[in-house]
Amino acid sequence: MKVKVISRSTDEFTRERSQDLQRVFRNFDPTLRSQEKAVEYVRALNAAKLDKIFARPFIGAMDGHRDSIKCMAKNPNYLKAIFSGSDDGDIRLWDMASRRTVCQFPGHQGAVQGLTVSTDGSILVSCGSDCTVRLWNVSDANLADSDYLSDNSAKPQAVYVWKNAFRAVDHQWDGDLFATAGAQVDVWNHNRSQPVNTFDWGSDTTISIRFNPGEPNILATSANDRSITLYDLRMSSPARKVIMRTKTNSIAWNPMEPMNFTAANEDCNCYSYDARKLEEAKCVHKDHVSAVMDIDFSPTGREFVTGSYDRTVRIFQYNGGHSREIYHTKRMQRVFCVKYSCDASYVISGSDDTNLRLWKAKASEQLGVVLPRERKKQEYLEAVKNRYKHLPEVKRIVRHRHLPKPVYKAANLRRTMIEAERRKEQRRKAHSAPGSIVTEPVRKRRIIKEVE
Amino acid sequence: MRATAQDPRFYSYSLPASAIAASILKFQQPNFTRLRLSWGLSSKAKPPVTMGAKKENSDDEMDEKVKKYLRGDAANLEGVKDKKLKGQLAVREDLYGKSAKTAAKIEKWLLPSEGGYLEAEGIEKTWRIKQESIAREVDILSSRNQYDIVLPELGPYTLDFTSNGRYMAAAGRKGHLAIVDMKTLNLIKEIQVRETVRDVAYLHNELFFAAAQKKYTYIYNREGTELHCLKEHGPVLRLQFLKNHFLLASINKFGQLRYQDVTMGEMIGNFRTGLGRTDVMQVNPFNGVVALGHSSGTVTMWKPTSSVPLVKMLCHPGPVSSLAFHPNGHLMATSGRENKIKIWDLRKFEVIQTLPCHAKTLNFSQKGLLAAGTGSFIQILADFSGSQNYSSYMTHSMAKGYQVGKVLFRPYEDILGIGHSMGWSSILIPGSGEPNFDSWVANPFETSKQRREKEVHSLLDKLPPETIMLDPTKVGTVRVPQKKEKPTKKDIEAEMEAAIETAKDTEFKKKTKGRNKPSKRATKRREMIDKAKRPFLEQQTQEHETSRKKQKTNPETEMPKSLQRFVRQKAT
Repeated sequence: MKVKVISRSTDEFTRERSQDLQRVFRNFDPTLRSQEKAVEYVRALNAAKLDKIFARPFIGAMDGHRDSIKCMAKNPNYLKAIFSGSDDGDIRLWDMASRRTVCQFPGHQGAVQGLTVSTDGSILVSCGSDCTVRLWNVSDANLADSDYLSDNSAKPQAVYVWKNAFRAVDHQWDGDLFATAGAQVDVWNHNRSQPVNTFDWGSDTTISIRFNPGEPNILATSANDRSITLYDLRMSSPARKVIMRTKTNSIAWNPMEPMNFTAANEDCNCYSYDARKLEEAKCVHKDHVSAVMDIDFSPTGREFVTGSYDRTVRIFQYNGGHSREIYHTKRMQRVFCVKYSCDASYVISGSDDTNLRLWKAKASEQLGVVLPRERKKQEYLEAVKNRYKHLPEVKRIVRHRHLPKPVYKAANLRRTMIEAERRKEQRRKAHSAPGSIVTEPVRKRRIIKEVE
Repeated sequence: MRATAQDPRFYSYSLPASAIAASILKFQQPNFTRLRLSWGLSSKAKPPVTMGAKKENSDDEMDEKVKKYLRGDAANLEGVKDKKLKGQLAVREDLYGKSAKTAAKIEKWLLPSEGGYLEAEGIEKTWRIKQESIAREVDILSSRNQYDIVLPELGPYTLDFTSNGRYMAAAGRKGHLAIVDMKTLNLIKEIQVRETVRDVAYLHNELFFAAAQKKYTYIYNREGTELHCLKEHGPVLRLQFLKNHFLLASINKFGQLRYQDVTMGEMIGNFRTGLGRTDVMQVNPFNGVVALGHSSGTVTMWKPTSSVPLVKMLCHPGPVSSLAFHPNGHLMATSGRENKIKIWDLRKFEVIQTLPCHAKTLNFSQKGLLAAGTGSFIQILADFSGSQNYSSYMTHSMAKGYQVGKVLFRPYEDILGIGHSMGWSSILIPGSGEPNFDSWVANPFETSKQRREKEVHSLLDKLPPETIMLDPTKVGTVRVPQKKEKPTKKDIEAEMEAAIETAKDTEFKKKTKGRNKPSKRATKRREMIDKAKRPFLEQQTQEHETSRKKQKTNPETEMPKSLQRFVRQKAT
C-alpha cells in the first residue's frame, strides 16, 4: 500500500527570524475563490469612490504677470521650467516646483504673440505685435548663472524687425529653422535677420503655426479664412489646404503618430485629421461650450489638453469623442494657452487673469515617489474600475464632475439646440423621397472643401 | 419552480463598447507576464525532449489545467462589427491565454506541496485499509492527527473549523463549548453554558463563534466571553456563516430562515419557509445560496433578498436527512431515509448518480471526496477519473455505540473530523485536502498581524447581500432588455403570494396602556394583508372590464353585409 498524507512542517511555512519577511504562498486555482466577479464589482465601486476622494488636481498658481498670458513654451531639455509671454511684452521663465519666476526677458514693446524654444534648448524665440522677432539665449548654464544675476533679467541675443506684426512662431524639431505666422508665413534661420523663405497662399492672416515632430520639413498653419494649410519646406509652394466652416485657433501634432494632428476650432469642437487625408476628420472631440483657444498633446500621444474661452481646461483621449476630465476654478478666467508638461504628469494653463495654473494630469494621482507595491495596487484599482465602469452605480460615480453653473447651462442649451436640429433633419428626411436628403457624418460636415 | 428577480445594479442595459467588452471577457487575471519573467519561464523555451507518448500526456494535462484557469470559453469575436473593439478584444483574449498558460505552468512546477494519495497494491482494496495501518505508514506528525476524544457525559458533539483549518470549535449538546488549536492540539478555551447547544459556527476568523443555544443564539469571543445575544433568531437548529457577505444564516424550530449581517448587526432577511421544522441546512460556497432540506423530500434554495425560494426541487420520497455541496458549486449530494445518496448536477438540476448508501451526514472535501456517516460507520466516496462517478474509496468503523452526528473535512489537511455521541474523533483520509494554500485566501500559519490585515481587507471587500444569485458569473454582463411580456396568471398569483407573505411578516409596535388588545392586532394584520392584495384585485377588475368592453364591441362589427359600410371605423 502506498500512502501519503499532507504534512506541512512549520519551519517551511513560517519565517526564521523576526527580521525576515513573512512568507507568502500563492495558489491561483479559481475553486479556492468564490464569487470573484462580485468581489471585483465591490472593489471597482470602492476604487471609484476613493478616486473621487483623492481627486485634487489643482497644485498652484504662478502669479507675477501684469497682463493676460497669451502664449507659453516648454524647454524640452529642462522639465522644471516653462516660459510664458503676456500682453504687455513681459516674458518670464518659471520654475514649476517652487512656482516662482526665475528670469524675466523684457524687451517687447507690445503683446508677445508667440514663444518657442529650439529642440536643443539653447534658444528661445519670441515674436510680438511690435513686428519684431527676438532670440534669447536660454541654455542651462545661462539659467544657472541667472540665479546670481541681481536684476533677474536677460538681454536678447538678436532682434529682427520685419514688415508686419506676428501672430505665432514655432521652431523646427530637428533643425535650426523657425517659422513665424502673420500676414504671411515666413521661415527664418537663427543667424539671418531676414526670412529665408516666405509662403503666401490665401488673403488672410495666419494665426497659428506648428511644425511636424516626425517630418521636420512639414508644418501646419491655420488662417483667418477658416482654413488649415499644410506646407512643405522642401517645395517652394504650399502642399494642401482644407477650408472649414469656422476658424481654427490652434493646431497640435500627435508626437507619437506624426501624421495626425488635432485642430482647436471656434465652434467649440476639436477635429483630429490625418494629414494625408484631409477630406474627412478622423475624430470630432466635443465637450466645450465656447471657442477652443489652445491645444497641446501629451508626450505619450494618448491624450491632449485643451483650453477654451469658456474658462475651463479639458483633457481628452486622443481617439475619444468626449473629455475625460475638466478643470475649472472660480478665479480662472478665459484660458488662452495650455501646455502638457514633458513628463506627461502636469498640465499648465495660462489665462486672462494673469496667472499660470499648474494642474495634475491625472486628478487623483499620487505625486512623488510611489513604492512598487503601491503602484501595483493603484494600477489594479484603475483596471478593475475600468472593467466595471459601465455598470450603473460605478458609472454614476466615475462620470460625475462638478461644472460651474454657466458652463452647465450653456451645455444644456447647446444640447437642446443640437437635438432640435437633428430632429428637424430627421423629419425632413422622413417626409421626403428616400435618398433625396443625404446626412453627412459629423466628421465631414464641418469641412467645406479640400484644395490642393 | 423558480422565482426570478434580478437586481438591476449588477447588469448594464446599454451596449457601449466597454459593456460588450466586459460581458464577453472574463476576469481581470493577475498580470502573469511579469511573474513569468521573474521566474525565468519563457514561453518560447523549447520543451524538454521526451518520448512521444509522454509528451502527449503532459500536453493533455497542461491543456486541462489551462482550461481551468481560463474560466470559460474564449469570446466569439465573429459577431463584433466595430473594428477598433474587435482589435482590443483580440489583444485581451491573447493576454488571457498567456496568463492561463503561465498559471498552469506555475501549478505544475512551482507549488510547494503535493497532494496526498492512497494506492492499494495487488489484490488489496482501498476500502479495506484500516486507519491503524495508515498510521503506521505515515510520519509521526500526521499520525498524531488520528485520535478519539471520548467525552461521554456531555452529549453528541458537533464541530466547525475556521476557513484555514487551524482552529476547531466543538459543542456538546449538554452545553460544552470548546475551542481547540488543531496545529498544536491545544485547548484554547472551554466553557460550560449549562444549556442545550444545538449548533456552533465560526464567524469570519477564530476570534468569534456563534452557538445556537436553547432559546437564543449567542456570539462568543475566543476567551469565552459572551459578546452578543441574538434574540430575534429564536431557538435555532442550525447556523451557517456566509464568508464573503458576513451573513449569519439560521433556521429555527418554527422553520424560519433568518439572515443577519454580523458587521452592523442588521437583520437582512426573515423568511417563513412554510415547509415546517427542519435541521438540514447548507451554504453553497460557490454562489452563497442557502439550501434547506425538508421533511417532504424537497430541497429549497434561498437568497436573502427574496421571500420566495429561488429553487424548489423534489429530491427524495421521504425526508431529506442531509445535504452537502461540492466546492466548485456544481454538485450537490443529498441523502434521504430510503438509503440512497443522490448526486445532483446543479446546472441542469438533474441526478447524475444514485448510490445505495445510507447517510445521516454528508460532507464534501476540497478535492471532491464525499464523506457519508451513519450510525458508527463512515464511508468515503471518491470520483477517481474526474468524471463525477463516485465509488467507494475508504471506510471507517468506530466503536459500536458511537452515533456519528457530523462529519466535516478539515480545510487544507487530509483529515476528517467526526462529531459523535461520545465526543469527537479525527481520522486520516489521504487525498482529501488541498495541499497548496493561498496566503491571501486562507493561511493556516497566520500571525495575529496577518489576521488583522485580512479582517480589514475582507471587510472592505464585503459583498452586498444582493450579489447572491444562482449564477454568480453573471455580474457585470449585459442583460438585453426583453420585450415586456404580459405576466401570466401564474406569475401574478406568485407575486400576490409573495406580497402577502411580506405583509404577514410586518412587525407591529407593541402598544401600551391597554391599547394592545389581541383582537385589534388581528384586525390590523388583516388590514395589512388586504392592502397588499388590493393592487392585484384592482388589476383583475380592470382586466375584467376591458375584456367586457372588447366583448361589447365585437357584436358591432358582426353586422349584416348591407350595413357594413355604416360600421364605425377606428381611426388608424
